[in-house]
Parts: sequence; structure tokens; C-alpha cells
Amino acid sequence: MANLETFRAETRTWLEANCPAALVGRGDSALEGVWGGRKWVWSDPDRKAWFERMVERGWTAPGWPEEYGGGGLEPAEAKILAQEMRGLRIPQPLIGFGLTMIGPTLLQFGTEEQKKEHLTRICRGEIRWCQGYSEPGAGSDLASLQMKAERDGDEFIVNGTKVWTSYADQCDWIFALTRTDSGGKKQDGITFLLIDMDDPGVKVSPILLISGSSPFCETHFSDVRVPVENVLGEIDGGWTVAKALLGHERGMVADAFGSAGGGGGRRKGLADLAKDYAGRDGERIADAVFRDRVARNEMDTRAFMLTVQRSKDAARAGHRPGPETSLFKVYATELNKRRYELMVELMGPQGLGWEGEGFDPTELAVTREWLRSRGNSIEGGTSEIQLNIIAKRVLGLPD
Amino acid sequence: MQLVRSEDQELLAKTAADFVAENSPVSRFRQLRDSGDPVGFSRSLWKQMAELGWVGIPFPEEHGGADMGLAELACVLEELGRTLAPEPFLSTVLLAGEALRRGGSDAQKQRWLSAIAEGDAIGTVAVQEAGKRWDPLQAETRAERDGDGFRLRGEKIQVLDAPVADFLIVPATADEGLTLFLVESGAEGLSVTPQVRVDHRNVALVHLDGVRVTADAVVGRIGAGGPLLEEVLDVATAGLCAEMLGSMTQAFELTLEYLKTREQFDAPIGSFQALKHRAAEMFIEIELARSVVLAAVRALDSGDSEARALVSLAKARCSEAAVLVGNEGVQMFGGVGMTDEYDIGFYMKRARVAQLSFGDAGWHRRRWAELRGY
Repeated sequence: MANLETFRAETRTWLEANCPAALVGRGDSALEGVWGGRKWVWSDPDRKAWFERMVERGWTAPGWPEEYGGGGLEPAEAKILAQEMRGLRIPQPLIGFGLTMIGPTLLQFGTEEQKKEHLTRICRGEIRWCQGYSEPGAGSDLASLQMKAERDGDEFIVNGTKVWTSYADQCDWIFALTRTDSGGKKQDGITFLLIDMDDPGVKVSPILLISGSSPFCETHFSDVRVPVENVLGEIDGGWTVAKALLGHERGMVADAFGSAGGGGGRRKGLADLAKDYAGRDGERIADAVFRDRVARNEMDTRAFMLTVQRSKDAARAGHRPGPETSLFKVYATELNKRRYELMVELMGPQGLGWEGEGFDPTELAVTREWLRSRGNSIEGGTSEIQLNIIAKRVLGLPD
Repeated sequence: MQLVRSEDQELLAKTAADFVAENSPVSRFRQLRDSGDPVGFSRSLWKQMAELGWVGIPFPEEHGGADMGLAELACVLEELGRTLAPEPFLSTVLLAGEALRRGGSDAQKQRWLSAIAEGDAIGTVAVQEAGKRWDPLQAETRAERDGDGFRLRGEKIQVLDAPVADFLIVPATADEGLTLFLVESGAEGLSVTPQVRVDHRNVALVHLDGVRVTADAVVGRIGAGGPLLEEVLDVATAGLCAEMLGSMTQAFELTLEYLKTREQFDAPIGSFQALKHRAAEMFIEIELARSVVLAAVRALDSGDSEARALVSLAKARCSEAAVLVGNEGVQMFGGVGMTDEYDIGFYMKRARVAQLSFGDAGWHRRRWAELRGY
């Protein structure tokens, strides 16, 4: 414990000395994240300096081993670093699916060469990764995917289409599930490939969403050659790797929603929004129905955050992950949708704007985010799939 | 605040679970109900629980207690809730005991706390009044000055374990404000009429017709009963939530077992997605309830400034989760769920009573909003 307190003090001193003053107090929510990658363009010299110092320290991935470019911190130390950064409201130096999804999966399944090559480049922000899971014909029934990878000597030749590849137009590499055998059960015969997108056979086209933005793409592969050493896990055994990665993804989603206190956490709280738009009676929300709905949403959020905390406390006390972890994704995303519904309803007619006159920028942003939030319970495994998983794995209900 | 049980707490919960399995199946509650037992619980089992040290868990050692916290008591209450054990923890330990522990004079503590801890005295607090939903700090019951004492007039309803209580603590409005009075059973002008609710716990109408008490019957200070009562009710509410958590967990497990074994259309009904998803939703609600109960009892134990809000969070969630699990349980059991023979109905009925005790979900959301300044 004494060592940890020393570590905390040293960490704070280092952060204060090294984080550019302009970034202290800004926090993540006030800034767009740094995603890195070959196409990344720096617009803020302070963010660049901060990123470079953290890379040097290994703290873009504090918990990863130092030999792969990480910080080599123990879980307790990594937690202290996160707390201190939150306390000073210092932004993350680097974000992305490399750090949160493929990185942890590489640590679990990667060969020594794969870890050396890819983890190091993720930590340094050199490569930006995207996810190639869903296909036009394989959504919730992910294992029915058809994108072909045919063996040709020391290579696979990949043909097919992936959809909902987040930010694929800005990414460098994609981790993709491919069909290498169609003979047996659909979960067998899937191979997990790491593919460099800098190949003329890869074509990316953005998809316009109901919110008007295009965070996702459709990504086409025609005769893309991938060396055999880019298989993660076993050939035909990619389903195991795929599920492990989904676990990391769902944990990330839950953390993102849970720690921010729900979507729109960067803005005014629900209660203030209610007072501004639905009327106040002294300090109270005048409308009793809205007041109840605001309280309910806040209380649901708090209950969820306490459940995340319980899970972490149990893990620290040496217990195995309990059944509660299976609810994180479904509950966090449904809660976030309810929160945005309520925000739009609270704003009334001012919540209906798409663009242009008569709406202020915050109103327009909340409305767009409401539309975007509808996808939360679809991407990364729909809520219905999450409930299926709980029913089967946790409750043991029969097929 | 760590939201995980300590090893000692796990051990206590295990001991309680073993005790309940051996001594208190739901059939015991059923038999108490069927026989119309006037006590409503087992005095000998209560004595055994006292000997195990459970009854005195929150009391100081000098009064025969273990000087432990609500976190420990909650471990026991959860296990008792699993089989609907009707022993008087709520009335005697969480209400009357807590009121005396926090506000009692030395003489009152001397007289009652050790006796409670030993399992020899039953007490209760008479909160609920007729014509009100839940407004504990406003009592129609009056306390009029009478020489150096008071005379109490009014009526309380559904007072827990009142028919067997050796003393009642009665909130009444004096000229100075809400005041708590300790009234011993058998006092002149006190009448206790048993009531029967859907959960068949022991409750009664309590009529106070000018009951005379002396000044030393005041618990806490004259006119300062409100804050004391609110503290006591927070503890009792958190304790009730622990009981509810145990009950809903058990009701859910009974339902799951039925879903796995009952066959229709040549398949276990638990294989149907319409039921699977609803079972998963119940699971989620119970897991969230577990987190908020852990948080509420720990916050009360540590005197956390957020404790009051967390108690409201726990009661709001437990109220809705318990009712959901009870209702869905009966629905999923189908026809037999409607029969008295199956236990699932007991859980649904108890959930309804617990939901409406100490403020329902809406009441606690309102209190949350007030505590948050909106």
C-alpha cells in the first residue's frame, strides 16, 4: 500500500510536469480523441507533445508489457494512473480499437512476432485499426459470415464484403473474420485475419446514417493477399478469438457509457435541461412527470455504475468475473437510449431540429446524438443477442 | 466503499443459509399461516437466532450486542428473505432496536436492548397511519401535556408484530413537534387488534385512547422525533431491501427451475425465446438490486453523506424488481402459479407488501430528486 501511495504521488508529479498546461482541466469529453494512424493529421501542437511524451513513457497502454511498448504497470497502478488523469482532467493521449479491442486480444492469442509487430505500432499510434465482423448477410447471426479466404501457398486470397466497419475510411489495418471452411458447423471454419488495408483490392465506401453522419463504412475485398502469419489463433479456429474480442468490446462499451454517467455526460445534467425547457418551480422541476423520469434515469445510471464498481471490486478481491458482467452491454446501451429519448422530449419542439435556423448548436447536437444512440443496442451484438447470451450462459436455459 | 462482502461476511451468510435450509423452509411459514398462529413466528427459533448472535448484531457490546454493522445484518436478512422467514427482525431490531440505540436514554437501553439481543423482548415502531400513503414525519396522533407526562391519542395501522410486542415506540405530534414515545404493552388505553394482510405477517391496528406516559418515556428529545425517525427508517428500509433481495433471488430461482423442467409442445418452456428474454430481464434487475443494496448498507455503516440517497435508490429498485419477479413468476408458472399449493404466490404477495412499506418506488424517486436539489 505504501508503494502504491508513492506511485500515486510520483505519477501526479510527472503528469503535472509533462502534460501541457493548455490540456490540464480539459478532460476527454471537451476534446475529440486522438486516433492516430498513417492518415492522422495533428491540428493541436499541445496534443501532439502530450501524445509523444506518453508514448515515450509507455503510458498510451499503461497495462501492457514494456517489451511491446506498454507501461508495464500492475492493474492497481494502472488504476491509480487513470484516477490521477481523471482527477486533473487530462485527456487520454491516444484512443482507438487498437488499444481497446485488438490489442487485448493479441495479448491473449498472438504469437511473439505478432505481439512485437502490432502492439508496438498500436502503442505508438502508428496504425489505426478497424473491425471487420458483420457482413451484409451476417448481422446478429455473425457465424454465418461468408467472406472467403482461400489458401494459396503461404497466403490467403480474400474476397467478400464487410459492413459497419467503423471509420474504415480512416484506418490502416482491419481485423476480419473470414470463411476458410464451409464443410461443418458454421462456427467452425472461421479464421481471424489481420489485414493491411493498403492493398489495391480493398475499397471503402462510407454509409450515411439516420443521424446524417457516416462513422461506418462498407469495405470490399477483391483478391486481397494476406500472408499466413497474419492469422490470429488457429486456422479455422477463429470463432474463439472472435468471441474473446467481443468480450473486450462489450466491456469497453459498458465502461464508456458507465463512466460518463450516460451519454451526453459532457453537457448539462438532465435536471438542468428539464428546468430550462420544461419549467422550474423554485429549484424544482415544475412538471412532476418529468421530474420522476429524470430521477428514474439518474437512478438507473447510478445503479448501473454501482454494478460496474461491484464487478471491479470483486475482481480486485480475487473473485472470478461474476454473472453481472454479462448485463453491462445491454443495460448500458438501453439506458443511453432512454437518456437521449428523455433529452429530446424535454427539449420539446427545440429537440426536433435537423439543421439551420431556429435551433442552437447544442440542441442540434443532442438531436443528432439521439439518432446515433439508436444504434447502440444494435452494434456489437444487439440487445436481443445479449439477452440470449444471458439466458443460455448465465441462466442455463435450454436451446 | 468496497461493494464486495468480506470473508467474515461470507462466512456469516453461509451460516445463515445453512441454518435457514435446516430450520426454516417455506413450509414452516405456510404452516404458521395455516394454523392461524397468533404469534406469527417461532419464539424458539427466534431464541436460537439470538443465541447465534444475529439479533444483537448492531447493538453495542455492553447491551449484549456484537457491535457490528448493517452490512453484517443484511447477510442474515437476505438468507431469511429467501424462505420468507417471519421472525421479527424488522420490527424489533431494525425499528425499535435502532430507535433505542440511536435515541434511547441509558435507562431505556438498559431496560430493553439486552433483552432484545437475548431474544426475550419484542418491540416495534408504530409508523403508518390510516388515510395516508407514506408520510412518516407527519403524525395525526397527538401527544398532549398532562402534568409531568403526556397523553397519546390516535390510531396507527398495520403495526408490525404489535400483537406480541412488549413495547411500542409511537411517533406523535406534541406542541414542540414530532416526538417518539415508548409505550409498554398493557398500558391503559392501548388496544391492539390483529389485522390480516396478503403476506400473513403479524400486524395490528393500534388504538391509543389517552394512553398516559411519563416524561422519561420520550425516546430522544421532545420535538426532535422527526430526524431520529428518519434515521431509523433509513436503516429499516435498507434492511427490508436486503430481505427483498433474498426473496426475489429465491423466487427467480424457483421460476428458472420451473422453466427448465415444465414441458409444453414437447419442449421445456424455458427454451422459448419469449420467456428467455423475460428471464434475462429479471436477472438484470436482480443484479442491479444487489449492487444498490450492498452500496446502501455500506454507506449507512460508514456514515457516508450519500447514504440517504442510496437508501432511496435501493428501495426504489428493490420495490420494482421484487414486484416484477413476483408477477412474472406467477405468470411463468401458469395455472399452478395461481394455486395456493405452490410457493411462488407467497413471494408475489410478500413483494407487494414490501413494495408499499416504507415508501414505494415513486416516493423514493421523489426523495432522490429532493436530495439532488430538483
